[in-house]
Amino acid sequence: MSTTAVAASSMAPAPPRAVSTIVAVNTFREAVRDRVLYNLIFFALVMIGAAILVGQISIGIERLVIVNLGLSAISIFGLIMAIFIGVGLVYKEIERRTLYTLLAKPVHRWEFLVGKYAGLLLTLVVNTAFMMLGLAAALWYVAGTFQRSDVTILVAVYFILLELALVTALGLFFSCFSSPMLSTLFTLGIYVTGIFCAEIKAFGELSKNPAMEAVTKVIYYLVPNFHNFNAIAAAAYGDPISLTLVWQNTAYAALYVTLILLAAAAVFSNRNLK
Amino acid sequence: MSTPAIEIQGLTKDYPVGFWRKRMRRSLDGLSLEVHDNEIFGFLGPNGAGKTTTLKLLMGLIFPTAGTARVRGRSIDDVAMHREIGYLPEQPYFYDYLTARELLDYCSRFFGFSSQDRRTRIDRFLELVGLVSAADIQLRKFSKGMLQRVGIAQAIIHDPQVVFLDEPMSGLDPVGRREVRDVIFDLKRQGRTVFFSTHILSDAESLCDRVAVLHQGKLQGTGAPGDIVSMETHGMEVLFELRAGAAPPAKLANRAKQTGRRYRLDVPETDLYAALEELKACDARILSVTPLRPSLEDYFFKLVGGEKKPSHALEVAQQ
Repeated sequence: MSTTAVAASSMAPAPPRAVSTIVAVNTFREAVRDRVLYNLIFFALVMIGAAILVGQISIGIERLVIVNLGLSAISIFGLIMAIFIGVGLVYKEIERRTLYTLLAKPVHRWEFLVGKYAGLLLTLVVNTAFMMLGLAAALWYVAGTFQRSDVTILVAVYFILLELALVTALGLFFSCFSSPMLSTLFTLGIYVTGIFCAEIKAFGELSKNPAMEAVTKVIYYLVPNFHNFNAIAAAAYGDPISLTLVWQNTAYAALYVTLILLAAAAVFSNRNLK
Repeated sequence: MSTPAIEIQGLTKDYPVGFWRKRMRRSLDGLSLEVHDNEIFGFLGPNGAGKTTTLKLLMGLIFPTAGTARVRGRSIDDVAMHREIGYLPEQPYFYDYLTARELLDYCSRFFGFSSQDRRTRIDRFLELVGLVSAADIQLRKFSKGMLQRVGIAQAIIHDPQVVFLDEPMSGLDPVGRREVRDVIFDLKRQGRTVFFSTHILSDAESLCDRVAVLHQGKLQGTGAPGDIVSMETHGMEVLFELRAGAAPPAKLANRAKQTGRRYRLDVPETDLYAALEELKACDARILSVTPLRPSLEDYFFKLVGGEKKPSHALEVAQQ
């Protein structure tokens, strides 16, 4: 072995955005090569196939049933992927020490985190797009045509993606300092609380107990309200979704994701790797 | 005076231990040393001495409790410093879904090389570490030695000025170890600095310009391997052969140890000529006469409290 063959060449550092992109592309490649991902797509397609069958025996409400089941399948399988891959994103890199070689390169820890996050998000977008195509095929098979109101299905899928973006950020955050098991519990706990946070606040108000009311109010304002992202019923019934809600949800998710990623970067940047 | 390649001052690391009642355990205790430019520097110590902790601190994987370190004048907190260094972790583990070629491509992307430059480098470094035929095999199918080779390639693919290798010979067969030695020498020839940790003392003795010995987190000594161990001889070792059927001289019979047809005899320096006369008288063939000096290994064992006696048989056999 001799290193003399290697010519010295000028070396310009990769700009920060490029560093995160390099990590993101590799994270996407990892997910694509992971067989678990294909199983999830398979199950999602089975679910959509089932929607067609159920739709055929639901005379007059085929579209309603297919859209409901299809979007629910996209949401559930997306959540499973976001949580189970998200909580292992950083933990796995530390456990397997693959992070050691990476952080020895000119890579900031926050760049690594953003890259991992973007990579998983890209994976979720691609998978959701595939499942969406399956749903569209099922809808075409049953109805033989698309309606103008079907645009709301796309909006509902977009909301699901916003929800997944939030859940992934939460999973990544917990992955920075706890085990996948605990991170799953924490992420699921926040997700479920987020779905019912309006009810939790109402419960506090009903209790007439100031302490309870204060606690439930804190939960209501602190935990992201995942209920806002549920447009499955509107899509199934073909109800219009206002543009205001679209940008409000977008801004809401972007704000929360930014805050969570900032918190994750703060925690991870000060963490001693074992 | 030129800036040292590596400058460590009072580097200390405490780890919390215990679950309920956390106590701090000192893993590295005020390490201070300088590694000069274009030096092969061996970092020696038994398991748990603090070698890997030091390397992790220098790489920014963990943070010091106290102390500072600089590499080529840049603080270890400065990510830009990483452009000038390469690092092979101990028992490296890489993304096993990637092929060797993909891993090298991934690693070289962080240095902003053009795609053409990356391709050229990848081919050259795959050849350098002897992995051309395995370039497109996923790393999950690699043996430990192959992983070590790809690890070395990723550490030097960007021509770093300072290369940190944590137990680089670990998991390699004799051929692989020799190849790694060649790489280290080549890096030095190109003007680079190599800092490597090892517990294989013969590697350190044969490779290093200077070594540092670490024990229980504390620096025990720094210097050229010859400075670390005393050059004073403990005696002389005579290796000889006798003709078939011949017996060693009666005076030496008790002291000579036989291995096949060969005998090894350890004698005080003052008795050497008398012993050689005896051997000449019985027509023995003298194979070698070697002064017995304490090796780095003996120093090492003394340091860690072992009672190992100087053993030179292996070294003599290797010569």
